Amino acid sequence: MLSDITIGQYFPGGSLLHRMDPRVKIVLLFFFLIGIFFFDTVGAYIVFSLLTGGLFYFSGIPMRMMTKSLRPLLWIILFTFAIHLFSTPGEDIARIWMFHVTWEGLGKGIFISLRLVLLILLSSLLTFTTSPLKLTDALERLLSPLKRVGVPAHELAMMMTIALRFIPTLIEETDKIMKAQQSRGSDFTTGNLMQRAKQIVPVLVPLFISAFRRADELAMAMEARCYHGGEGRTQMKVLRVSSIDYVACGASVLLCGMLALLKWNNL
Amino acid sequence: MSIEIKNVTYTYMPKTPFERTALKDVDLVIEEGSFTAIAGHTGSGKSTLVQHLNGLLEPTSGQVLVDGVDLNGKGSKSEKLAARDARRKVGMVFQYAEHQLFEETIFADIAFAPRNLGLGEEDVEARVKEAMSLVGLGYEEFKDKSPFQLSGGQMRRVAIAGILAMQPKYLVLDEPTAGLDAAGKNKLIQEILQLHEKKHITMIFVSHNMDDIACLADKVLFMNQGRVLLYDTPARAFQAKDTLQEAGLCPPQIMSFLEDLRDAGIPVDTNALTVEEGIANIMKAVKGKNG
Repeated sequence: MLSDITIGQYFPGGSLLHRMDPRVKIVLLFFFLIGIFFFDTVGAYIVFSLLTGGLFYFSGIPMRMMTKSLRPLLWIILFTFAIHLFSTPGEDIARIWMFHVTWEGLGKGIFISLRLVLLILLSSLLTFTTSPLKLTDALERLLSPLKRVGVPAHELAMMMTIALRFIPTLIEETDKIMKAQQSRGSDFTTGNLMQRAKQIVPVLVPLFISAFRRADELAMAMEARCYHGGEGRTQMKVLRVSSIDYVACGASVLLCGMLALLKWNNL
Repeated sequence: MSIEIKNVTYTYMPKTPFERTALKDVDLVIEEGSFTAIAGHTGSGKSTLVQHLNGLLEPTSGQVLVDGVDLNGKGSKSEKLAARDARRKVGMVFQYAEHQLFEETIFADIAFAPRNLGLGEEDVEARVKEAMSLVGLGYEEFKDKSPFQLSGGQMRRVAIAGILAMQPKYLVLDEPTAGLDAAGKNKLIQEILQLHEKKHITMIFVSHNMDDIACLADKVLFMNQGRVLLYDTPARAFQAKDTLQEAGLCPPQIMSFLEDLRDAGIPVDTNALTVEEGIANIMKAVKGKNG
């Protein structure tokens, strides 16, 4: 039932990727995402594919999670592939009615699909190896220079943290209320659309009441501990850039340098 | 007639890193007409077990039979219908049951269950009246009030009435007195006892309070780490000191008190479950000494 949902995609572990500083991970992720668009040669894509596969292997995340993270975007990938397959001019492989399937189209389709797959996999690698709390913490730090132009970085991060913190609680609550109403003869699985929509009311009303009650209690508890926003606030777990992060940054720069050399030599 | 739990094992979130087996090979029979108390500390599997009793959870392996009908019968249509009817024989009052209230009036909230059963308005009204009188809420006084205007104890009564309106044969109460003040708690305990004695509803009662268990129950089930540690009469159960300790539980206060007396050199019989029995034992000991 509802309790079987995993929140976020975080997969606990102790790999090098897990131990990296989340800020460095976010920055490097952007670096690679840009790199994937920038270095669009066959050689570069082989390097990126090996890199992504290698990182997945070393992070200790089960391979079936890889396919799981691709599944929601499967149709978009297939659609993109089909568009490129049919709409690129070149040497024909086959003709279906008014559509031409070309060798160039096939190549380009594979290329663009691979690009999407790599983008998704690299991004999900970040959420797989970083707990949501670390992620918001890192975002707050990365956004903090923007405070000067009025971006409420701390407040945004706090809102995200609270929202993330309460997703499991609310799911648990929903599960409990659904079970309570089922015990009173509610049936969520049968009936037409109208009947089912009606069955949601007995779940939503108690859920809202409890969400407001929790929000109230949380605000009170935060105030009782003198919370007054981000000004002068210190952290229990301070993010520290360690030697792993320096090595990772160095390796990434090196890799991109090599790819740049490859590109400019037209290899 | 009884609830039979046959070799039930239940695993939360199987095949993920969060996999956790909450029940291991639980096998027991809850007889009709009994008052069974379930105790064990947090995470021992009590709540998971009781959610099997009306089919809210389906055992990963094993079977739950209510009056001989498998609650998760999936075969033919008649089997499914029988399973549904069997589930409805078991009423379930969750912890903090007042959190399930949602209607604008108390009448409508209590009527939710009988309406779901497909009863006509006259029957619904009769059931609401009866349920409200069972939990000591005046029908005329309360029926049109909003459940959210009430005190905590009254809200919980409304929630329990909402279950009683289904006229369950078995009633599961998960810590029904948690968070109530002393007066509200005592009143609710008395009402539960009356329901058991007058309406002959079989009670399954989850509690942390050993004094309540000792007074109320005629069978006690101790759980620990998803297993049944002990299932016996309270008199015998509370004698098993090692088992109690293993489950992380304490004997009722009156028993501890009598044991302290005995250790202080007063030859008193420590077998007492209620304060009245305890006083009788002390009186006997004192008389014996003087006479």
